[in-house]
Amino acid sequence: MDFEYTEEEETFRKEVQGFLDENLPPRDQRGKGFMSNWLTKVREKRWVGFSWPPEVGGGGGNLMQQVILKEEMSKRRAPPLGTCMMGLAWVGPAIIQYGTEEQKQRFIPDILDSKYHWCTGYSEPNVGSDLAALQCKAVRDGDHYVINGTKIWTTLAPIASWISMLVRTDNFGDADAKHEGITALLVKLEDPGIEIRPIENMAGDKVFAQIFFDNVKVPVENRLGDEGKGWAVTISSLASERSSIGEVTSMYSKLETLKSLIKTTEYNGKPASENPEVRRTVARFEAKIEAMRLNGLRYLTRQIKGEPLSSETSVNKLHRASLEVEMSDFALEVLGPAGLQLREQGGSVDNGKWANDALDWPSVVIGGGTPNIQKNIVGERILGLPKD
Amino acid sequence: MNFGFTEEQTLLREQARRFLDDEASMSVVRELMHSDQGFSTAQWQQLANLGWLGLIIDPDHGGVGLNWVDLIVVLEEMGRSLYPSPFISTTLAASVLGDLGSDEQKKDWLPGMATGQQIATLALFDRHGDPIAENITLAAEEADGLVLNGTKQFVADAGSADLFITACRSGGSLKLALIPRTAEGVSVTATATMDRTKRTGALELSNVHVAANDVINLSNDDLSRIVDKGVVAITAEMVGAGEQVLEITTGYARERIQFGHPIGKYQGVKHTLADVYVDVESFKSLVYYAAWTIDHSPEELPRSASLAKAYASDAFAEIGINGVQLHGAIGFTEEYDIQLYLKRSKWARPIFGDSDHHYERVARMAGL
Repeated sequence: MDFEYTEEEETFRKEVQGFLDENLPPRDQRGKGFMSNWLTKVREKRWVGFSWPPEVGGGGGNLMQQVILKEEMSKRRAPPLGTCMMGLAWVGPAIIQYGTEEQKQRFIPDILDSKYHWCTGYSEPNVGSDLAALQCKAVRDGDHYVINGTKIWTTLAPIASWISMLVRTDNFGDADAKHEGITALLVKLEDPGIEIRPIENMAGDKVFAQIFFDNVKVPVENRLGDEGKGWAVTISSLASERSSIGEVTSMYSKLETLKSLIKTTEYNGKPASENPEVRRTVARFEAKIEAMRLNGLRYLTRQIKGEPLSSETSVNKLHRASLEVEMSDFALEVLGPAGLQLREQGGSVDNGKWANDALDWPSVVIGGGTPNIQKNIVGERILGLPKD
Repeated sequence: MNFGFTEEQTLLREQARRFLDDEASMSVVRELMHSDQGFSTAQWQQLANLGWLGLIIDPDHGGVGLNWVDLIVVLEEMGRSLYPSPFISTTLAASVLGDLGSDEQKKDWLPGMATGQQIATLALFDRHGDPIAENITLAAEEADGLVLNGTKQFVADAGSADLFITACRSGGSLKLALIPRTAEGVSVTATATMDRTKRTGALELSNVHVAANDVINLSNDDLSRIVDKGVVAITAEMVGAGEQVLEITTGYARERIQFGHPIGKYQGVKHTLADVYVDVESFKSLVYYAAWTIDHSPEELPRSASLAKAYASDAFAEIGINGVQLHGAIGFTEEYDIQLYLKRSKWARPIFGDSDHHYERVARMAGL
């Protein structure tokens, strides 16, 4: 065991820090053109799509460099590296792994340049955790597919230009062969026959939507991977850093905010931080976050040594999910009635941050696999228990 | 950056596993735990021959001179087997002498401990509470050394120890007195605990004279380092024991059929076991790091040790209960091994501080 970084790694860290000193002014000093300037600058550094191969315009960063970049960025609470969130997280890696040369040239540069948004079409009204049972269907008609059906809870759909979606092209109604016959398609959301109805979430935001497809024609060249083999596309194994180090840094800064909150919030005329139960709870959060950090480093070590990870990342996902829920809920408990105003209601403490957080967690906790599904994954893939 | 074990450490783990599988199967462990002595003298000699008793003792005093990351590899495996012996007590005592002892004290005791001739233990606290320094209340009179009168309760492995490193206070300061079992005025009452693989006892001191060169001055920082090492040792055993609960219980859940299916298919069982996995993985990471800080980043030890023990104390207590509960009635029988792990979880929780104690310490260190 050693927790030192090599000279090259330290040099890279200094490069990132130097860049941030130069290009990341304090929040209140960021002018109008800040964001577009930021995006240009990080793009020039090739830090957008940093883990992607240089041939497609990525940064070709190795695992340790990816960790360092994420860590430094989240320490300084820097804006995201690129605004095409879904493209960078999911669609881009899938296109790089499964796409044709033509698809790579057509889509990857736009994702890297944050030209427009992507969304991913998985869930359907009757298909959630059991994703492979999806029914939205596409029928081949010459050089086109014709899609009929619906997708729901599609994050970013109201502002996205393209969707990467899973449709059923075969094995209709055959539950035993449901993983076969699924095909991945890239669809332009302006195409005729598409209707997007935004859905308001409990925090009052309209970030997700239901999308209806009525005889939507999609050219065959927009198919990602082989027909009927779309299930594999959802689980792109493109090597990228999965230690959750970046998340840990932001969990730690949330913990710091929570610590100041309990010091400044009074109960019975005394700071809440003097209450033993409050102290214990915050220390318990710290233990979980530190466990996440160290779990991440153990898994990262295994990745560096070239040992394949199974589903160990579910461990930190489960911690993150419970922390997201518990930390914001705990803040509201400490604040009492003062915690109940949302940002837009003039939130009296920290601009309503805690109230909004207490309603925002499902986007992190439910999106990408609910805690119950994560526990199934741990139980079945790691512990070898029989499938449900 | 490398948060993994070296090849040598992996070999050490294999060696430990082999020894414990060959020499300390559950039936042997059960035999030992029901014996008066509580451990095997013959095996103690084998541990010495394997180099484990001198693992962290420096080579000048007959040891192997390895560090705490090596040590926890062995402890994890001992925990997995619930192996009964005064190994942790002797190792902690050796570590105290190595850090704080005079040349003469080291020469007197360490070589004998490495060869298995001498068993030692710590007799630190007289009460439960916080801050820990105040838990040492035994008062010593100064008289060309110290004179001690009183009783130390809950001394680990009191029955087998040849040397008691005994904490006391004289004047305003803390001291450690090296008291051989054979010293005049020493008497020991030994007993098992609920976890029969762990022994305890009372050390009674009646006008015991301790020569000045058998006394060590103890600062509060020294004391906290001793306790933190104890924390790391106990928690490393909890990792192995926790993993074994998971192993036994997932095995059972794969085979036990109810309602036409193995019970591990049902989410009530599956999710509980997934929670156990998440917890063991997590306090494992925490204690590995704490062990590393002992030799490489001592200023980080207090926080790391407390985070590990706090997390593990709560989690392992729950794991012990879940292990028994998921087995149903058979888990409750004496004959079945899972209940032995529940008893270990009860034993491990308060030793060197429970989660309340350690979380409070974390809060204090965080400036709350």
